[in-house]
Amino acid sequence: MADIIYAISTYVALAALLLAFVRLLLGPRAVDRVVAMDTLTIISLSLIVCIACLRGRTIYIDIALVYGLISFVGIVAIARYLERGM
Amino acid sequence: MQIAGSIITLIGSVFLFLGALGIFRMPDVFNRIQAGTKATTLGTLLFLIGITIGHTDVVPHLKIVILILFILFTNPLSSHALARAAHHIKTPLAKETVRDDLAEDEKREDREGSLE
Amino acid sequence: MEFVLIVIISIIIILAAIFAILTKNLVSAIISAGVVSLLASIIYLMLSAPDVAMTEAAIGSGLTTVVFLYALNKIRKSGEDG
Repeated sequence: MADIIYAISTYVALAALLLAFVRLLLGPRAVDRVVAMDTLTIISLSLIVCIACLRGRTIYIDIALVYGLISFVGIVAIARYLERGM
Repeated sequence: MQIAGSIITLIGSVFLFLGALGIFRMPDVFNRIQAGTKATTLGTLLFLIGITIGHTDVVPHLKIVILILFILFTNPLSSHALARAAHHIKTPLAKETVRDDLAEDEKREDREGSLE
Repeated sequence: MEFVLIVIISIIIILAAIFAILTKNLVSAIISAGVVSLLASIIYLMLSAPDVAMTEAAIGSGLTTVVFLYALNKIRKSGEDG
């Protein structure tokens, strides 16, 4: 029962990944694409933690930490570039 | 305990889906930032909490707590920087927008600066 | 379930790479290349290579994006090519 609900929530998160990616393809400006990339990163961080619990290996959660840190640095760098150049 | 954790995870993934749907449907950059950040922050927090409750034997709790605190601090911060940059490069607003307080404030500051 | 994840994420990676080649806006191309690296690290993770995944996420998404933006800023400041 619990495993089925976990699988359903993984599929729903995968559908969210597809929707955000469609916005990344369509977005008329660069800022729209950065917003879509932010959402993609957050959703895939959730997927990484889900995979870590399915496999039962705790080292994967460190990768989620690195992922969040790197995405924060990248998005702040892009925002700073768009605002006034680096 | 596992059933409760899985239901919390399902609620979190529904919030993630709603955030992505808001990014897909909203007409404007600022509306997209608004819809994307809030819904996905809450959705990710619920997702992580649900998985931690469901798998108490494998997941180290301290790392999950650090991850949750990190997301809670950095996600609004990055979207604030992004919205500020988007306003600074004069991204066009949607035609339903009724007021823009930041532009009025900047205009008033410019006027006071030129008077001095 | 993991097979479906791998297939869909691989399709997304291929579409993002094609978009990064075809677009005219350079900032959009840099963002799309960053998305390719971010999703490739999930694929590496699912193929049981966590160290490669960590390196791919750090180098491909963080460092490459910042270096590309720095180079783009230098090019625009010199004014030879927009």
